[in-house]
Amino acid sequence: MNLVTISGPPSSGKTAVILKTIDALKKRGLKTAVAKFDCLYTDDDRLYEKAGIPVKKGLSGALCPDHYFISNIEEVVKWGVEEGFDLLVSESAGLCNRCSPYVKGIRAVCVIDNLSGINTPKKIGPMLKSADIVVITKGDIVSQAEREVFASRVNTVNPGAVILHVNGLTGQGSYELSTLLFDESEGMETLVGRELRFPMPSALCSYCLGETRIGEKYQMGNVRKMDMEGKN
Amino acid sequence: MNAQTMGRKNLKDLLERYPFASSYFKDNNLPLEGNRDLTLEEYFGQFDEEAREERALDVDLHYRQLGEFIKQMNAFLGHEEDRVQTVTILPGTDKSGKGEEFGELTIAQGEIVCIVGPTGSGKSRLLGDIEWVAQGDTPTSRRILINGEKPDRKWRFSTKDKLVAQISQNMNFVMDLTVYEFVELHAESRMVENRGETIGRIIESANALAGERFTPETPITSLSGGQSRALMIADTAILSKSPIILIDEIENAGIDRKQALDLLLSEEKLVLMATHDPILALMGDRRIVIKNGGIHRVIETTEEEREILSTLEEMDRKLLAYRSKLRNGEIIGKL
Ligand SMILES: Nc1nc2c(ncn2[C@@H]2O[C@H](COP(=O)(O)OP(=O)(O)O)[C@@H](O)[C@H]2O)c(=O)[nH]1
Ligand SMILES: [Mg+2]
Repeated sequence: MNLVTISGPPSSGKTAVILKTIDALKKRGLKTAVAKFDCLYTDDDRLYEKAGIPVKKGLSGALCPDHYFISNIEEVVKWGVEEGFDLLVSESAGLCNRCSPYVKGIRAVCVIDNLSGINTPKKIGPMLKSADIVVITKGDIVSQAEREVFASRVNTVNPGAVILHVNGLTGQGSYELSTLLFDESEGMETLVGRELRFPMPSALCSYCLGETRIGEKYQMGNVRKMDMEGKN
Repeated sequence: MNAQTMGRKNLKDLLERYPFASSYFKDNNLPLEGNRDLTLEEYFGQFDEEAREERALDVDLHYRQLGEFIKQMNAFLGHEEDRVQTVTILPGTDKSGKGEEFGELTIAQGEIVCIVGPTGSGKSRLLGDIEWVAQGDTPTSRRILINGEKPDRKWRFSTKDKLVAQISQNMNFVMDLTVYEFVELHAESRMVENRGETIGRIIESANALAGERFTPETPITSLSGGQSRALMIADTAILSKSPIILIDEIENAGIDRKQALDLLLSEEKLVLMATHDPILALMGDRRIVIKNGGIHRVIETTEEEREILSTLEEMDRKLLAYRSKLRNGEIIGKL
């Protein structure tokens, strides 16, 4: 089985792109399934089901979604291998722009959209910078100049990535993406022993542990304060 | 340059040799101020484990990416502009697997080719094939040649060399900038040398295309539909590096379409136009008819069609004249 991790800011077009790309994979006779990770709520599993795509959903609830992802992905892989899928796609929303659920040796795709503003590539951390493929969506509603500037900013922060423009509504570009997601000669049975590309933050403060009260005396563990003196 | 030799390089020397590298540092939030005397190794060495975690800084990745960035930029700055003089489409199959029957289709610089056919007939796939420079590896099995030859892979994967630029009716400006700042930003990202002059030329050309004038200080979001379209076309004609321009329906209101096409052609573009507007379609030299996912026919615009075009243009001028009378609050009488 091939595994691909797809992540990107909320509403960047991940689900739309995945749906269109799986269409293209289906036409090539490949069986694809999706594992959807989110924080509090998602409808995406219903969209995948409606399209006849096998799907598993996980909500992290009170946990950091990327921590939750990495603690559960092995079980999902097991499911995929048992079901005999050719390709398993994980979709997860990058909520804090800091983490990324990418694993060394496993294809990583970041989806971002042209509407998010040209400074967005600068603000996204490893989720964008260490992706193998960056998919840029919503090019249908902005000008050619904005598309070019946006893509060049993405290229500056991640020159090693393949950058593709995909329209999540019409599917333009999704066939091209599908050819980059599956490779017959690659295959994996388990993630055990593999490593994350980049460590997740090790922050653990009293609020992580359920504290609700505000004030210095309740702040324990890994606490950091804003600099109120400096200009910024 | 491998990571080791790069690591021993002094930032000052690195930036002197590759001035563009400063944008890598800037866009990755890596401050250069006061650090220029350090070697790259010393520079990254300043960040201890905590700072690296704090900034989500992956030093090995930066060595690789900075090396790749320098390589790409050198290739970009160093290479002779390879001009795309022709694009050739070699036939594949339609949706039912039937072979396309047009022999081969070569579109040359300075030509306008229209694409017609019902929605869903395969217009997007044809454009997709061109953009992806298909080599028999798309659902249509078509192949695309550039200047008569099997093309370089860069056309598929490089962000700096994209084959097709696109202008369509649905596109809008979403940035909060003035016209001047906007064009400047684009010129910067394209690393254009004589920036001021280029920007001036774009704004001038856009004004010539749009009926109503706008100034460099106008915010792009307050341009009228016609003015926006005019600016998009002038900017794409002059600043976009893509040799092929795809136009997906442009409305007639507020823009001189004939002049817009002339501008694109004078900038040595190949123009593809998806349209069912008879005036636009007949302005083309040829039109590709798409049916059931395949190229059904290629029609040369006939002499008779060209005559009809002049009649249509005359009708169109009348319509526009009525429109502007209305706008000016006049009474409509016989023209
Ligand atoms: N115009 C346009 N809309 C898009 C595109 N891709 C996605 N969308 C829309 O953007 C919204 C969010 O997309 P979705 O796939 O749910 O984003 P996700 O949260 O990243 O999975 C939906 O309404 C999509 O229809 C695109 O390329 N162009
Ligand atoms: Mg989604």
